Amino acid sequence: MRKLSLYRYSYVLMGVALLLLSILPAFMGSYYIHILILILVYAYLGSSWNVLGGYCGQFSFGHATFFGLGAYTSTILFMRFGISPWIGMVLGGILSMFVGIFIGFICFRYGLKGPFFALATLAFAEMFRVAALNIPLTGKAMGILITLKGTSFPAFQFQEKIYYYYIILAFNVFIVLVTHLIENRKLGDYLEAIKEDEDAAEALGIDTLRYKIIAISISSFLTALGGTFYAQYLFYIDPDICFGVHNSIEIFMRPILGGLGTVYGAFLGSLILGPLSELTRGLLGGYSGMHLMLFGVVLVVVIIFLPRGVVGLLKKI
Amino acid sequence: MFFQMLSNALVSGLLMGGVYASVAIGLTLIFGVMNIINFAHGSFMMLGMYVAYWLFTGLGLNPYISLVPSFLILFFLGAVIHKFIIIHSSDAQNILLITLGIALFLENFAAFLWTPDYRSIEIPTLAKSLFIGYLAISIPRLIAFIFAILLTIGLYIFLKTTTTGKSIRAISDNIEGARSVGINIKKISLISFAIGAGCVGAAGAVITPFYSISPSVGLVFVIIAFVVVVLGGMGNFWGTFLGGLIVGLGESLGATYLPGSLQQFFIYFVFILILLFRPQGILGGKRA
Repeated sequence: MRKLSLYRYSYVLMGVALLLLSILPAFMGSYYIHILILILVYAYLGSSWNVLGGYCGQFSFGHATFFGLGAYTSTILFMRFGISPWIGMVLGGILSMFVGIFIGFICFRYGLKGPFFALATLAFAEMFRVAALNIPLTGKAMGILITLKGTSFPAFQFQEKIYYYYIILAFNVFIVLVTHLIENRKLGDYLEAIKEDEDAAEALGIDTLRYKIIAISISSFLTALGGTFYAQYLFYIDPDICFGVHNSIEIFMRPILGGLGTVYGAFLGSLILGPLSELTRGLLGGYSGMHLMLFGVVLVVVIIFLPRGVVGLLKKI
Repeated sequence: MFFQMLSNALVSGLLMGGVYASVAIGLTLIFGVMNIINFAHGSFMMLGMYVAYWLFTGLGLNPYISLVPSFLILFFLGAVIHKFIIIHSSDAQNILLITLGIALFLENFAAFLWTPDYRSIEIPTLAKSLFIGYLAISIPRLIAFIFAILLTIGLYIFLKTTTTGKSIRAISDNIEGARSVGINIKKISLISFAIGAGCVGAAGAVITPFYSISPSVGLVFVIIAFVVVVLGGMGNFWGTFLGGLIVGLGESLGATYLPGSLQQFFIYFVFILILLFRPQGILGGKRA
């Protein structure tokens, strides 16, 4: 008898989930739509991180770098030069990709691995944070407030939350497709080989440096797009929100909880952490970092007891 | 005027460098033995600062006396964390994530208990400076600097002369060799983790007379401590001390001559350069 696996029906499940997610907002107030949007934003960002951290095994503690580059590029272009954030988003993605390639090149070329790569990326994010705090173009510590122009598609501004909801849902569908594509191509196998045993991958003739740089360039490009969305949704960015350590942590918490190197891991992780952090904030109140206390516990428990995340757990059912 | 500014920047940088060295020395000890990076290191220091703060406000205890209870409490906490959490994982990357989780928990738990506000200890007799010519030397900073030197020498003697210290060095040199001669790796790892935590707790207490206490201070120091440890060569004691001085000097000169908070930029820049071009540190150390 074949072992029954819930996970084998993931295509069907995801189709149902997508259908549910499309009609769900019709029954919800704007507060719940806001929470859903945040869940989807971090599901998207986590999935972007997952390409490098999950599939290729190169943990970045500094994805805030790419998030911030996306958010700042589109916002500065929009506020100072009137360029549509949609164009700014793509330009920010390209800039972020170049920075990603640069960081990847210098780190991987010198053989920074595991915790050292993580700390180097953290240092890069901190460098960008300090730079953003000191450069007039980025508005220094005051950040940049995006002026409201009413509902306007070219300005990436909508008065109703529902528009943002469908845009970020589309982002998520897009990244699921991209991740599926990576998984089913040779690229996915190469990345997995690098994650499992880099020396062995190298011995088999895989150009590990090249594929790690491909992974970081995809990941940094996609992350930046999420940064632009975030800026356009909340109308405000500052150096700590964008480049801060806590943002990097928010980004990688989802795929770690959900399941590293899986298509839906970041989505599942976000589906759990989003409401959970809203709840803790509501229950404990007062201090805004309260949910991070919970994140700390989740991180310790997941790494020790659930190394394959929620997806790993589901696969066993 | 130029020389006065420069020499004052040099002196205060040197003194702050000593503080950084005393914070980083526990991190390098833990790295040397277990090849792991303890992200919760700064949070341990933050807790040490709060121990000194509460003993001062509650009992009026001088922070230089509180460094003993700070050491003991953090030693115990470090031992507990190692015994019940760290021991479950052996992979360096996973331990970085686990200790990051611990840091997140401790930082935000402290903010929950004691609010995220900045606090400080005011001791009028200590808030003075020595004047040598036009040089102003802050007394509490000088004491912290001397503490850093004593801590480094003390740990060095401990490692060179005691049986436990020798076992720590043996594991640090060659873990398989140490295992084969019958050294209890688990026990020694636990002891060095606890000593590392205790030392940084004591260092936290020592800096309270001149450094504001807040839950978020841990994150600031843990990043600086990484820079110092990497600069000095992971696991290298004297390298760590030297790394602390370099970072302190660089930061102080940057603060004097660069606008805004750009001196921090310099620290991260040096960090990345060292990681790339001399990962074994200035004096060399264990290659990760």
